[in-house]
Amino acid sequence: MASIFKNHAKLERHSMLLLLFIVIVVSIGGLVEITPLFFLESTIEKVDGMRPYTPLEVEGRDIYIREGCYLCHSAMIRPLRDEVERYGHYSLAAESMYDHPFQWGSKRNGPDLARVGGKYSDAWHRDHLINPRSLVPESIMPPYRFLAEHDLDYRDIKDKLRTLKTVGVPYSEAEIASAAEDLKAQADPNQSPTKLKAHYGDKLNIRDFGGGPDRVTEMDALIAYLQMQGTLVDFSTYKADAPANTR
Amino acid sequence: MSSSPSSGSARTIVDTGGAPILLIVAVLGALLFTAATALSQDPLFQFQGAIFIIGFLGGAAALTWGLSAGRFKQDASRYTDGVIKAGVIATMFWGAAGMLVGCIIAAQLTWPTIFYFPDYGFLNFGRIRPLHTSAVIFAFGGNALIATSFWVVQRTCKAKLFGGMTAWFVFWGYQLFILLAGLGYLMGITQGQEYAEPEWLTDLWLTIVWVAYLVVFLGTIWKRKEPHIYVANWFYLAFIVTIAILHIFNNLAVPVSLLNHRSYEVWSGVQSAMVQWWYGHNAVGFLLTAGFLAMMYYFIPKRAERPIYSYRLSIVHFWALIFIYIWAGPHHLHYTALPQWTQTLGMTFSIMLWMPSWGGMINGLMTLSGAWDKLRTDPVIRMFVASLAFYGMSTFEGPVMSIRAVNALSHYTDWGIGHVHSGALGWVGFVTFGSMYCLVPWLWKKDGLYSNKLVEWHFWIATTGILLYITAMWVSGIMEGLMWRAYTPQGFLAYSFIETVAAKHVEFMVRLLGGLMYLSGVIIMIYNLVRTLGLPSSERANHPAVALPAGLAFAGE
Repeated sequence: MASIFKNHAKLERHSMLLLLFIVIVVSIGGLVEITPLFFLESTIEKVDGMRPYTPLEVEGRDIYIREGCYLCHSAMIRPLRDEVERYGHYSLAAESMYDHPFQWGSKRNGPDLARVGGKYSDAWHRDHLINPRSLVPESIMPPYRFLAEHDLDYRDIKDKLRTLKTVGVPYSEAEIASAAEDLKAQADPNQSPTKLKAHYGDKLNIRDFGGGPDRVTEMDALIAYLQMQGTLVDFSTYKADAPANTR
Repeated sequence: MSSSPSSGSARTIVDTGGAPILLIVAVLGALLFTAATALSQDPLFQFQGAIFIIGFLGGAAALTWGLSAGRFKQDASRYTDGVIKAGVIATMFWGAAGMLVGCIIAAQLTWPTIFYFPDYGFLNFGRIRPLHTSAVIFAFGGNALIATSFWVVQRTCKAKLFGGMTAWFVFWGYQLFILLAGLGYLMGITQGQEYAEPEWLTDLWLTIVWVAYLVVFLGTIWKRKEPHIYVANWFYLAFIVTIAILHIFNNLAVPVSLLNHRSYEVWSGVQSAMVQWWYGHNAVGFLLTAGFLAMMYYFIPKRAERPIYSYRLSIVHFWALIFIYIWAGPHHLHYTALPQWTQTLGMTFSIMLWMPSWGGMINGLMTLSGAWDKLRTDPVIRMFVASLAFYGMSTFEGPVMSIRAVNALSHYTDWGIGHVHSGALGWVGFVTFGSMYCLVPWLWKKDGLYSNKLVEWHFWIATTGILLYITAMWVSGIMEGLMWRAYTPQGFLAYSFIETVAAKHVEFMVRLLGGLMYLSGVIIMIYNLVRTLGLPSSERANHPAVALPAGLAFAGE
C-alpha cells in the first residue's frame, strides 16, 4: 500500500499525467453503462404501431418542450400497481424511440402524461390550458391563454423534419417535402387527408383541435401532441411476459 | 501573450496580456452575429443574436477604452486578482438573483392565482424554473468555482494566472453564457433537458469559454513553482475536465439550420435518458461536489490554520469519488424503460458512493482537530462545519434514495426536491459563503469583515431556513408518495391526483418561508461584504499571498 501512495507523488508532480488519469477514471463508468444501450437488441422492445410524429405533432412537442412541461409532468409510467391503475400500461422503451430528446421528466407536480392521449376531450384540454383552475379548482398549473392567441409559426417545419431525419427518425423525402401541407391537413377537417394518411397511417387524429377552424394556433399543435400521447403501441399484440421483453 | 516582464530592450513593448487579440475577436464576433441576425428568419435566433451583438460590442468598447487608457499592463510580480474580485461580486449577485427566482416559483406553486399572470406567459413556472436552477447552479455555483479556482491555483502554485487577459475572457464569456441561457428560457429557447436546457448556440459558446478556462487553469499549473500539485487543484481539474466531457456528449445535437435557434439531440428515447442522467447526476458530482470539495480543501485549512487531516485519505477519496460518481446516473431512472441491468449498476455504485463522500467529509471535519474552539469564536468556521454536516447528510440520503425500493416511493415526489436543496443550500451554499467571507477581506486587503455579528445572523437564519425547507419537503414528498399508492379496503386507489396536490399546500408555505429566510441570509451577507469594502485597507493584509506549501499541507505525512 505504501508504494501506491509513493507512486501517487508522480501524479502530483505531472499535471498532464494527472489530467490523463482523471480522464481515464471518469470515462469507464459512462462507457460501460451507455455504449451497450446502442448495441444490445433487447434495449428497445419490438412493438407494433410506432410511427414518427406528424408535422403538427412535432410542432406540438416543440411547444411542450418550450414551455417546460416536463418540469412538472412525467411521461414515464413505472410498472407499479398504483401507477398502472392510475395511468395505464407501463411505458415501453419503444414508445420514446423517436423522441429527440426524451421527455420522461423527473417530478410530478402534475400527473403523468405518458398516456393522456384520448383521456379528455379537445375542449377540456383547451379550457384547462387557458385556465387550469376553471376545471380543477385546486390545480397549481400555470395558465396558457397565449397558446390560443398565437398562430403557429411553422415556416421551418420542413427543416425540422429533415433534421430529425438526420438524427435517425425515418421520415421519407415525400413526407419532408409535404410537411407544411400535412400539418395544415391534420388541423383542418375540410382538407383532404389522403396524403397525410398515406404518410402516417390511420392512427391519426385529424380535426380542429380547438384553435378555430380558420387558423392553426399553438394550442392546436400542443393538443394534437397531447392527444396522441401513449396511443400508438398496439398492446393487443405486445406480450409483456415474453422472454425478450423481460429486461 | 506571456506575462513575463519585457526586459529593457530599446523598444519597450507594453504587455497587454493579449487584449488586442480579444478586441479583434470581439469586433469579428459582433460583425458575424450582425450578419447572422440579419439573415435569420427565426425571431428567437435573432433574439440570441442581439444578445451576442450587445455582448461583443460591449466587450470591444471596454477593450478599446482599456487599451487607450493603458489599463491592461501586466505586472508579472503580482497575482491576477482583479478577475477574482469580479467573480466574487458576480457570485453574490447571481446567488441573490437565483434564490429570489426560487422563492417566486415556490410562491407560484403555493398561490397560483396570485403569482401567475395570464398575460405574461414567460413568467410561467415552466420557463422560470430552469432560470432558477441554472442561476443557482451555473451562475452562482459556477462563478464561485471560477473565482475561487483562480485564487487557489495561483496561491498553491505560487504562479500568476496563465494567459494574461484570457482569464477576463473566461469571466465575461461566462456571464454572456448566463445571460444567453437565462433570457433564452424566458423567451422559450430550451432543448428540454434538465440542467442542460441551453440550446446549441449557447452550448457552443460555453464550450469555447470552458476550453479557455481549462487553458488558464492548466497553464497556471504548468507555471507552478511548487513541485507538488496541491489537492484542491486535483479536484478543480477533475471538475473542469469532466464537466467539459459531460457538456459535450449530452449536448450533441443537430441544429434545424445554422440560422435557427432550435436543434434536435442525436440521441433518442432510452439512450437520450441515460446520457442525460449520466450528465445530470455528474453535474452534481463534479460541479456541485468535486468543485466545492476543492474549495473546502483550501479554505477550511486556511481559515482554521490547521493542515489537512489526512493526505492518504484525500488520495483514496479523490480517486474513489471521481471513479464511482460517474456510474451513479441511472438511479434517476429506476423502474423506467431503461434496462434493469443499467438501473442495478447505477444503484450499486450509488450506495458505494457513500464511502468516498464521507471520506471527504471526515477529512474536512478532522482538519479542525486542535482548532475546535474556533467553532465558538469564528462564525465563518461554523459555516464551514455546517456545510460539511449537510454534505454528510445529503450524501447519506442520496444512496438511501437510490435503493430501488426506496426510490419507488421517493421518485417523482418533493422528497427529491428536498434532497437537492439540503445539498445545494447546506453544502454548496454554506461552503461558498464561508469562502467568500474569507476571500473578500483577502482580496480587498482588509483586516477582517465589517461584522462577525452579522455572519452569526446569516448563519442562524440560513440554517433555520434550510431545516424548514428540507423538513417540509420530506413531509410533503413522503406524504404524496404514500397517497399515490394508497388503496381503499375495497381495492380502489384512495386518492385522485389532485387530492395529493391540494394536501401539500401547508408544506409549500413552509418551504417558501424557508427559502425566504435563506435569501434574507444572503442579503445580510451582501450588506456585510459591501460594508467590508468600505473599511480602511490594511498593509498587513497581504498575508494570504504566502500559500500553504503543497507538500506540507497534510498532517502526519
